[in-house]
Amino acid sequence: MNRMPQNVDSTQAIAESDAIAVERTLAGDRDAYRVLVERHSHNVFRLAYRMTGNRHDAEEVVQEAFLRGYQKLGQFAARSNFGTWVYRIAANYAIDRMRRRQKEDARREAPRTEGQDGMEDDPLNRVRDEAPTPERLTQSIELRKQMEHALAALSEAERTAFVMRHWEGCGIEEIAAVLKSSSNATKNTVVRAVQKLRIALQPFVETRAQARAMGTES
Amino acid sequence: MKHMTEEELIAYREGMAEQRSMISEHLAACKECRQELERIEAVLAALDTLPVPNPGADYGRQVWKEIAPRLAEKPGRWWQVWLGPRRLAAAGAVLALVVGAFLAGRVTNRGNPGGSIASKEQVRERVLVVAVGEHLGHSERMLVELSNAAPNDPKQREVNISAEQRRAEDLLQENRLYRQTALQEGDAGLASVLDELERVLLDVAHSPDQVTPAQLEAIQKKIEARGILFKVRVVNKELQQRQEAGEPAPPQNDSTKRKRNNV
Repeated sequence: MNRMPQNVDSTQAIAESDAIAVERTLAGDRDAYRVLVERHSHNVFRLAYRMTGNRHDAEEVVQEAFLRGYQKLGQFAARSNFGTWVYRIAANYAIDRMRRRQKEDARREAPRTEGQDGMEDDPLNRVRDEAPTPERLTQSIELRKQMEHALAALSEAERTAFVMRHWEGCGIEEIAAVLKSSSNATKNTVVRAVQKLRIALQPFVETRAQARAMGTES
Repeated sequence: MKHMTEEELIAYREGMAEQRSMISEHLAACKECRQELERIEAVLAALDTLPVPNPGADYGRQVWKEIAPRLAEKPGRWWQVWLGPRRLAAAGAVLALVVGAFLAGRVTNRGNPGGSIASKEQVRERVLVVAVGEHLGHSERMLVELSNAAPNDPKQREVNISAEQRRAEDLLQENRLYRQTALQEGDAGLASVLDELERVLLDVAHSPDQVTPAQLEAIQKKIEARGILFKVRVVNKELQQRQEAGEPAPPQNDSTKRKRNNV
């Protein structure tokens, strides 16, 4: 989990300064919103990139999140944290965008066969189909490609839950609110995501570790 | 020794395990589970190496430059909210209802040249009955779910009611329009129940997304104290019976209206 580490004092100071900027924006000072945009853009971009997997979509998510945030600012509860709030808007929009992209991709490609349990296609099958040669395995770039494939094979909910929990360090309640799900179901979604990633990636990770031990990795 | 499951180890690694200290103790004593956890961690560590591009030091400024021309003078003005897509959709639904009732009245009159003004009004009211019945059904389901909501864990500090809150916002818009239509149609009893429902929907829609268990209990008590669920059920039942019978609405005499007002 690597949400930007901040000490309690600085987090508190940012939250207070955000609250003042929100008040001023609501009072009609549009430039006050600029402070919020400039302060939180990087964090929102990181979340959006990890969720969508590409820069173009991530940039669009960031812009849309701040636009929607501005439009809904009247509904923002003063006791909340603006950073968390805009994060949630971005995550919701990123989910919509991922869905749209999947539909577009599905229209372009031949339909994939769903498993009997109705879940998305098993990443393990995909990995087996693309079984790499030992030479390719030694290259980090191949592992990176596999990781991107494995992440792309997760459902939107699994990817969102994994990104928000593992990489962004969000609380379960916060993720549950984005997924419109219960805390227990959200925890299960995180676990399922890690299980799928493990099935897809463990052979590659182990082979790379062996290659490293033998000193053959480039 | 009973080993940890993969699910338990992942939950532990991601800081979601409930019996954290018990798992820690087990791991300290069990080499097999420690190795299994290391294998999970190796996959996660590999994933952590995936880079995120740096959008640049002035990225925040770029975002502002992109969005600033698209921002209104002031955020979230009431008319922007009022003319939002969901409200327009609700207004459209009621407009369709009124136009439908008007056309239905015209068709009925054409087939029955001798028909009275009363029959036209009856058709109009039947269309309203179907739409309001559906609206009350949706409201009832949302209120029941909210009344039964509870924290999953006694230690939970906040409960997420954002889904109910959003549904209440949508229902509120429809409710206002149906209440006004009922008033225009002279159905004061129905308008009165819709008015009470509106107050409850307003409370829910204006609640925070996350409420403490005490706040949730207060909302539930308010719903219970107003007896709104009972009133909604009774009126909805009455509307359903009317719809099933396929009969025109009973004449809106004072006693019918009084009866409904007394629900």
